[in-house]
Amino acid sequence: MWEITVEAIRLIARGDAEVLEIAALSLRVTAASVLASCAIGMPLGAAVGAFAFPGRRAATAALSALMGLPPVVVGLAVYLLLSASGPLHWLDILYSPAAMVLAQTLLVTPLVAALTREVVAGRAAEYRDLFASLRAGPLLRLRALLLDARGALATVALAGFGRAIAEVGAVIVVGGNIAHHTRVMTTAIALETSKGELELALALGLILLGISLGVNAAVMLLRGPSGALAA
Amino acid sequence: MTPRLPFGALLLALSLSALAPALAPARADEDAGAGDPLILLSTTSTENSGLLAHLLPLFEAQSGIEVRAVAVGTGQALRAAARGDGDVLLTHDRTAEERFVAEGHGTGRRDVMYNDFVLVGPAGDPAGIAALDEAPAALAAIAARGAPFASRGDESGTHRAEMRLWAEASVDPLPASGTWYREMGQGMGAVLNAAVAMDAYALTDRATWAAFGNKRGHRILLEGDPRLFNPYGVVPVDPARHPGVNADAAEAFASWITGPAGQAAIASFEVDGQRLFVPNAGS
Repeated sequence: MWEITVEAIRLIARGDAEVLEIAALSLRVTAASVLASCAIGMPLGAAVGAFAFPGRRAATAALSALMGLPPVVVGLAVYLLLSASGPLHWLDILYSPAAMVLAQTLLVTPLVAALTREVVAGRAAEYRDLFASLRAGPLLRLRALLLDARGALATVALAGFGRAIAEVGAVIVVGGNIAHHTRVMTTAIALETSKGELELALALGLILLGISLGVNAAVMLLRGPSGALAA
Repeated sequence: MTPRLPFGALLLALSLSALAPALAPARADEDAGAGDPLILLSTTSTENSGLLAHLLPLFEAQSGIEVRAVAVGTGQALRAAARGDGDVLLTHDRTAEERFVAEGHGTGRRDVMYNDFVLVGPAGDPAGIAALDEAPAALAAIAARGAPFASRGDESGTHRAEMRLWAEASVDPLPASGTWYREMGQGMGAVLNAAVAMDAYALTDRATWAAFGNKRGHRILLEGDPRLFNPYGVVPVDPARHPGVNADAAEAFASWITGPAGQAAIASFEVDGQRLFVPNAGS
């Protein structure tokens, strides 16, 4: 294990261009898909949490169930959609970073929506009388609830980040693990493992862990000691 | 009052910083000029051995065509190509490649090179195959002994070659699946990792084995049987059947790899001083 740690540090220290390129792509693809997931999943989850409507329990159950989607299934579905024989072939993004962002967005959105629903549902009950007395419309309610929960929502976004950056099944199918184009940390780890380069694979894994730690630490710093985001 | 950083502004800043670079590469590629990149569907053996990393930069420099190589099993590569998801194949299952062409998916198959399969196993060699010369006899000995055998089990070119050898040995290993016969359903490298960990025998192409980094006590126990010949072919996907393919680049690649420059590049590829692929185009 010590040698593997040394190898990881050596790779970073000498600024291995290929490792940096791969790590940068991992971050970009993950960040883009997490942001897209938050943009879709947070309002969606908040709406399910805040409003009473027919089918609300079914929607809640569906969001929770979709959190468990196996990445490789999502990857295959997106592959078939984007394939030259598929309905979305005109997008022409198979084997590209954009396809990876699409697959990860589908994977992470249910997670973000389900966790957001959980966070918002409690607050919605708390503020029901206040909203009623202010005669607040649905959009204003959603905005107020999301803003009020921003500290908890940062944690939700981090959970989505964790799921996306550690995922290999979906991105290897739709991205193809193409060198200098769609190779990310997880697919590089899978490749090195298949070459029997187990130490290098683990070193890359340590770097991936370091990236995750860095992102989490950055968000913690932004949130400040109280835990509420920049309040 | 403590300084405030509005959540919305933070989200916006993050969105811009993350989305811009994520979308930028796709645009940059399209603006690069020199035509669309070539999608090469090839096998794990060509990637894991380092052959593609040796060949593709040479082709790119000489042709100005950017190559994007997707390395999967031969079966998966052929199925992807039959959907139109790739421009050219470099695979090793002649029967399946010829069927692919006969079904109208490819413009034609050309010989490129060959290497060979080898049977690897634990140094202790419990089935005693090192003393044998013929691969079917070795498999029969492994089956008779019930010694662990790790199979690809994934319809890859290597898996199909293995199944032909079992047929020739008149042994059907499938009833023993889950006992000594282990269908891994994974790529060559993953199967080799498992074989090393399980003290199992395995059939592998020589190139992947030579470049493999986790051999431990495993070694080549049987080689040189003419039945272990492993020919690679190149097949451009037919634009008449799949209009979206980059046919010009595919033909340029097929011509290059079967031409003097490509054949010389294959011949010059070595791992640890060992030549792993023998060019045989036009022979």
